Amino acid sequence: MTKMLTDARSIRIKGRSFLAVVLAPDLPFDDWLIRLDDLAARSAGFFLGRPVVLDVTDLPIDRAQLKDLITELAGRNVNIMGIEGGRPSILGPGMPPALKGGRPVSDEAVAKEPIIELRNGEPKPVTPEVRSALQSIVIREPVRSGQSVIFPEGDVTIIGSVASGAEIIAGGSVHIYGTLRGRAMAGSLGNASARIFCRKLEAELVAIDGIYKMAEDMAPGLRGQSVQLWLEGDSIIAEKLI
Amino acid sequence: MGKVIVVTSGKGGVGKTTSTAALGAALAQRNERVVVVDFDVGLRNLDLVMGAERRVVYDLINVIQGEAKLTQALIRDKRLETLYLLPASQTRDKDNLTPEGVERVITELKRVFDWVICDSPAGIESGATLAMRHADMAVVVTNPEVSSVRDSDRIIGLLDSKTMKAERGERMEKHLLLTRYDANRAERGDMLKVEDVLEILSIPLLGIIPESMDVLRASNIGSPVTLADARSAPAMAYFDAARRLAGEVLPITIPGEKRGIFGKIFARRAA
Ligand SMILES: Nc1ncnc2c1ncn2[C@@H]1O[C@H](COP(=O)(O)OP(=O)(O)OP(=O)(O)O)[C@@H](O)[C@H]1O
Ligand SMILES: [Mg+2]
Repeated sequence: MTKMLTDARSIRIKGRSFLAVVLAPDLPFDDWLIRLDDLAARSAGFFLGRPVVLDVTDLPIDRAQLKDLITELAGRNVNIMGIEGGRPSILGPGMPPALKGGRPVSDEAVAKEPIIELRNGEPKPVTPEVRSALQSIVIREPVRSGQSVIFPEGDVTIIGSVASGAEIIAGGSVHIYGTLRGRAMAGSLGNASARIFCRKLEAELVAIDGIYKMAEDMAPGLRGQSVQLWLEGDSIIAEKLI
Repeated sequence: MGKVIVVTSGKGGVGKTTSTAALGAALAQRNERVVVVDFDVGLRNLDLVMGAERRVVYDLINVIQGEAKLTQALIRDKRLETLYLLPASQTRDKDNLTPEGVERVITELKRVFDWVICDSPAGIESGATLAMRHADMAVVVTNPEVSSVRDSDRIIGLLDSKTMKAERGERMEKHLLLTRYDANRAERGDMLKVEDVLEILSIPLLGIIPESMDVLRASNIGSPVTLADARSAPAMAYFDAARRLAGEVLPITIPGEKRGIFGKIFARRAA
């Protein structure tokens, strides 16, 4: 049988950029997986429904090891959409596709607009003010439970509180003129000098440049205080703002 | 044109149906024309609280599916002649609640009534989003405990994104109705404080309804509490809330506290 082409419409191909979480495991994988489990246990659901890219640059592993790792991750509901930095010999059929050219700043040809998306298919509730060269956005109302503000291009300022179950993900710094009850992630595309500021700290999780800190890891004296957080080496430092 | 109000919460069992009936009956006692609409298809309750369960012939789904006229489905209250109920279907599938159908019914009701009060089902699924879709104003019913507050916060996010008002770029007016407030538990500190709930949700307060046996007693005799016992504490709190809905400015009292209170909270700007 020959199929007839009855529909004259052309196929639409669109470019779109997505913010993926990049996991860069180190050896031995067993230890790394224990640390990942620990993080996942404390930030339930963080990887669920997110595109995750595995960065295996410079890891001396073979195809079987990579396959095992992917299976381990799948068992944790972490689904790998692509692999960065993998030698061709360890990739190929049956493996997630190789990804190249991930960049910390959005490609103008792909995304001219800042990505502020609310998950669960909700349209954005506010029109952010976009300032010069898309370096920062200002959101003038509270960010509600279940909403995400994702802005890889730069700083995010919230005039209002960030609810429990809401999250802010910024390429640059995060400024919250209200109470931070949910999650704030600054420097999310690899910017160790990004900071988090909030008028009142009640956060579930803070992260800078991929380094996390959960509520229970924070000094109790900081709770309810005006706080700034920044990175020194591999640890998040917090200090009261006066 | 009447005003459309959605009574919503996210969490179940916090007092939406009770509040819909009580506010509806309170507004109708001001001689305003009121219809309360049950959107809880499959779990209808509003007919019971209104004492009209034996008078339901047609329902919202019948009207939407073109099987009955709106005037055939509306049930007039036996006690208040400006108060009507549009019941939900208990047997039909909730997929019959179509966006176009809901829009048509709400538009028609707005033409005839001063107030169209929609009792939302719990949750954030289509029943809840359809109930809020055409609202001009939302009453967010919250109990003073963390899970209820968080769910209300989630619902406020939906009110600001999934409603017609939001899609037109307008601001949805939202009011917090704190219900089942227990003065004794508040005293002991095992409930969230009013200030804390207001700080988290940052929307203006419409009223605080005390936890009371009068509410149960009223619903057992099939009557909104504002009709069953107008002198009871919850009824008086609902009457005040209804006056605020109608635009009056009244001081708010926390049940169990004698001082008339906080201008500062009431004066907070509408979020
Ligand atoms: N102020 C109050 N004092 C005491 N009991 C109350 C009060 N308000 C509501 N209740 C009781 O709480 C129960 C739930 O109330 P209601 O049915 O109004 O909640 P709902 O939010 O409509 O629930 P659902 O989400 O299931 O539709 C009922 O038994 C009701 O009588
Ligand atoms: Mg109900």
